[in-house]
Amino acid sequence: MALSRTAHIVTAYGEELDQLADDLARMGGLVETQLEKAISAVVRRDASVKPDIKAREAQVNALQVDIEKRVLRLFALRQPLATDLRMTISALKIATDLERVGDLAKNIAYRAGDLAGYAPVSLTQQVERLGAIVIKQLREVLDALSSADVEPAVRVWHSDDEVDERYNTLVREMLMSMTEDSGLVGPGVHILFVAKNLERIGDHATNIAEAVHFMVTASPLVEDTSH
Amino acid sequence: MTDTSPNPAAELPIKVVARDVTVSYSGKQALHDVSIEIPDRSVTAFIGPSGCGKSTFLRCLNRMNDTIDGAKVGGSLTIDGQEINDKSIDPVVLRASVGMVFQKPNPFPKSIYDNVAYGPRIHGLALTRPELDEIVENALRKAGLWEEVSDRLNHPGTSLSGGQQQRLVIARAIAVNPEVILMDEPCSALDPIATARIEELIDELRENYCIIIVTHSMQQAARVSQQTAFFHMGNLVEYGPTEDIFTNPRDTRTQDYITGRFG
Repeated sequence: MALSRTAHIVTAYGEELDQLADDLARMGGLVETQLEKAISAVVRRDASVKPDIKAREAQVNALQVDIEKRVLRLFALRQPLATDLRMTISALKIATDLERVGDLAKNIAYRAGDLAGYAPVSLTQQVERLGAIVIKQLREVLDALSSADVEPAVRVWHSDDEVDERYNTLVREMLMSMTEDSGLVGPGVHILFVAKNLERIGDHATNIAEAVHFMVTASPLVEDTSH
Repeated sequence: MTDTSPNPAAELPIKVVARDVTVSYSGKQALHDVSIEIPDRSVTAFIGPSGCGKSTFLRCLNRMNDTIDGAKVGGSLTIDGQEINDKSIDPVVLRASVGMVFQKPNPFPKSIYDNVAYGPRIHGLALTRPELDEIVENALRKAGLWEEVSDRLNHPGTSLSGGQQQRLVIARAIAVNPEVILMDEPCSALDPIATARIEELIDELRENYCIIIVTHSMQQAARVSQQTAFFHMGNLVEYGPTEDIFTNPRDTRTQDYITGRFG
């Protein structure tokens, strides 16, 4: 059953749930921007984004604390049930994942500074492609969250295999390149870390997809083991 | 009517079966074709807004609607397979096996002892005084009241606190070996501590009885019951395991009611 759109009798309760959803949406938006900027910085080998990234990271962390407080308050004072219960518990889980994504995005951005010390390498194109997929995943899953739509969430969940595949290919190619040209080891290590962080972000997007699925349907999103 | 899976606790034997039960008061229909199977040795909660029919249905189970002028009950209602609306059934005997606990504790204006002994006496359950003493003690123990009243059994029942009175009333119901215990908002007049004691008692009693409780407190239904039935405008809308009703109700009306979205 879809989430109810009927208003609560107790207006303040409905408002508290709305505020929770708004906080979560804002946090999602911030993290998405954070990731876009981080990947773009890596591609451009741009060290100047660091302060901006740091400031946004602080906002993301503050929102997570805020969301945790709101959830605690809702449980203590409102005892949410049914869709409200699922929404509240999912918000808590999603905020934790978003905070981690923000953290990983920050790590990626910091690598841009390290890469700035090296000459441009073609390997960044691989990272750019992986980054584009992961950003798309994150955007889709956040859209699924705000529209309480299961279908895109399931799609994101399945697309994680693609991220893993691309990541593995990238690692293989990096190893080959670095073996052939030891000059690539320096920037290569940073790029490997960036790729690893992106792969982790993909996992968090998958977690969020699961939370959205549970929030809307009340059932867990589980692997189809028939194949 | 939507999803009213007949027996949400499949491992428990069915005690009460209702088939298309209707009730009308002076021609005005209060209950529409309620069909439900209620398992033994568990707690089933009836929830729903005022006037939804939950208490009306509860009152069918010990034929209390008989006492209301112009009340008409239709359909079939069985306890252990026995049709309770059958002409051969004496409502007084039925009410011994289907005990009732009301919103406000209603001890008789008698001693604590006599409150509990009243039922066993009129139903001839004890032949001697020691037998009666034993029944009274057992019932008070099961109701979790013995320790508090054993030294003043001759005091009036009305001298007890509200929570104690409610447990006395439960002891009175238990004393006649009921099959089913009906509770109509048994805690609405009690403070949270007395409420917790009654809820603990309900949880203990369910080992031996089929308990059906009407409550306006969603949290209470969630805390004490294994099955929950949601009534709305005289219909049984949804019936299922309590956990499912409170985490994932199937019907929008149930959802709106339990999340506080009802107009």
